[in-house]
Amino acid sequence: MDVFVQQLINGLTLGSIYGLIAIGYTMVFGIIGMVNFAHGDVFMVSSFVALILFLLVTTWLGVSSIALALLFVLVATMLLTALWGYAIERVAYRPLRGSFRLAPLISAIGVSIFLANFVQVAQGARNKPTPPMLGGAFTLFERDGYAVSLSYKQCAIMLVTAVLLAGFWYLVQKTSFGRAQRACEQDRRMAALLGIDVDRTISLTFVLGAALAAVAGVLYLVYYGVVSFSDGFVPGVKAFTAAVLGGIGSLPGAVLGGLIIGLVETFWSAYFSIEYKDVAAFSILAIVLIFMPSGLLGRAEVEKV
Amino acid sequence: MSVAGINVLVEETREAQRRAAEPLLDVSGVSAFYGSVAALREVDLSVRAGEIVTLIGANGAGKSTLMMTIFGTPQARSGRITFEGRDITRMPTHEIARLGLAQSPEGRRVFPRMSVQENLQMGAALHGGRHFGEDLETVCALFPRLKERLGQRAGTMSGGEQQMLAIARALMSRPRLLLLDEPSLGLAPLVVKGIFSAIRELNRAQGMTIFLVEQNAYHALKLAHRGYVLVNGRITMSGEARALLDDPAVKAAYLEGGAGGHAVSTGEEAS
Repeated sequence: MDVFVQQLINGLTLGSIYGLIAIGYTMVFGIIGMVNFAHGDVFMVSSFVALILFLLVTTWLGVSSIALALLFVLVATMLLTALWGYAIERVAYRPLRGSFRLAPLISAIGVSIFLANFVQVAQGARNKPTPPMLGGAFTLFERDGYAVSLSYKQCAIMLVTAVLLAGFWYLVQKTSFGRAQRACEQDRRMAALLGIDVDRTISLTFVLGAALAAVAGVLYLVYYGVVSFSDGFVPGVKAFTAAVLGGIGSLPGAVLGGLIIGLVETFWSAYFSIEYKDVAAFSILAIVLIFMPSGLLGRAEVEKV
Repeated sequence: MSVAGINVLVEETREAQRRAAEPLLDVSGVSAFYGSVAALREVDLSVRAGEIVTLIGANGAGKSTLMMTIFGTPQARSGRITFEGRDITRMPTHEIARLGLAQSPEGRRVFPRMSVQENLQMGAALHGGRHFGEDLETVCALFPRLKERLGQRAGTMSGGEQQMLAIARALMSRPRLLLLDEPSLGLAPLVVKGIFSAIRELNRAQGMTIFLVEQNAYHALKLAHRGYVLVNGRITMSGEARALLDDPAVKAAYLEGGAGGHAVSTGEEAS
């Protein structure tokens, strides 16, 4: 029981990060029917941006409050990464709109390779550690010498994720931008007939997806305390898996999928073997897709593209 | 008042007169293609303020293509389309919509996973929801059925209700020209009657200018002031709707259950 609760906490933390990245995949797929393979690397870039900003703020500007520094880093990283998302869409995807379906996909793989290599060249190939931050933990309960704890980091990660998801949900469901975004997702042509600038809406979708990936990037950095240029790939693939598992195109599905993947991976590592945790995560995907081809919360009918 | 002031005044009056004389929508010599297939060939037509103009033709004649070409996709390869004297031939679709044209397109295209209210909000999107409440009242008065269903998902409504919603959504943008593409398609006769009487009401009571594309030639010509006949992407006949109703060629092709192929040949002969 103690181990179970502890792993539940760990799994939800990891799942939050996957969920945040998964939203970017699912939104972009929803609106232009494209898998943005570069999204994982956008997440990785955001982690580097966060690291650089954190060092800048704490050492050069001498901000001593870690919480304050992190808050600033979070906001600034979201803005800068959103800019990356915008630029990538403009440069690599928009010119290919109306081209054959595989063209933007190939372009996305190109962007992914470019980002990973760019960071490798610019920042070096070695792992970049962060100074320790947010150490310490709440001890929830203790039995037979095994303490179930919720670290400050985990607490912060779950809190930030919950708050941002709530804000994001409000944005999509209740604001006129969110309505336009959903309209474009359901029928782009019709949205244009109503005076919606579809290109601008698509741009904003990329911006939002990148900003949420940036949140994940900051949290990832805080949680693991280290980042490398190749860190975009595995979390990216996992988050994509989460999006498909939850039903690609569905926002709650992406979050649910992220949490499930995080939990499966954590529990598998704890109870079985850590080497096979990725196998477990991807097997869940395969099994769910066999019985529910459109994912857990996906729509049964496939929209005509 | 200075001489310059008077001159400006005179200019403005002339401008207003010119606009009044000019048709609201003018399509001249427009050709459009899907790939290398010509869908429209040198189409000329115009709609003046306050009119109901109908375009009738068989399935595949190019009626819906013309509707879409007016809105910029596919763009006309040659010719010129003006709205209130402004050239809109090469404008992007969303900018054309912002000028005051609204369309209820073929197949209705309501947003299926949005509520009726959200669909209507989308219609009002280009005003940023300013006079939303007021306009909602107006369209609900026209289609009382929608009022009962504001919270329902549009995709779960019947075809007739979706058609009402599509027209209401178009009206929410306060257009000066309303384009209706086959509002009777696939609907029961009684429902069609209701929708056509709503269209008439719109024109009479609110002075709405309407361009109506229809396969249901009889109803359309009954409703409209003027009509055009489109055959294989070409306008073959035009005139007062009443005159077209009595025209033997139109009668034979469109009003007495003539088959599509038959309609095409008769239309060509008439031109």
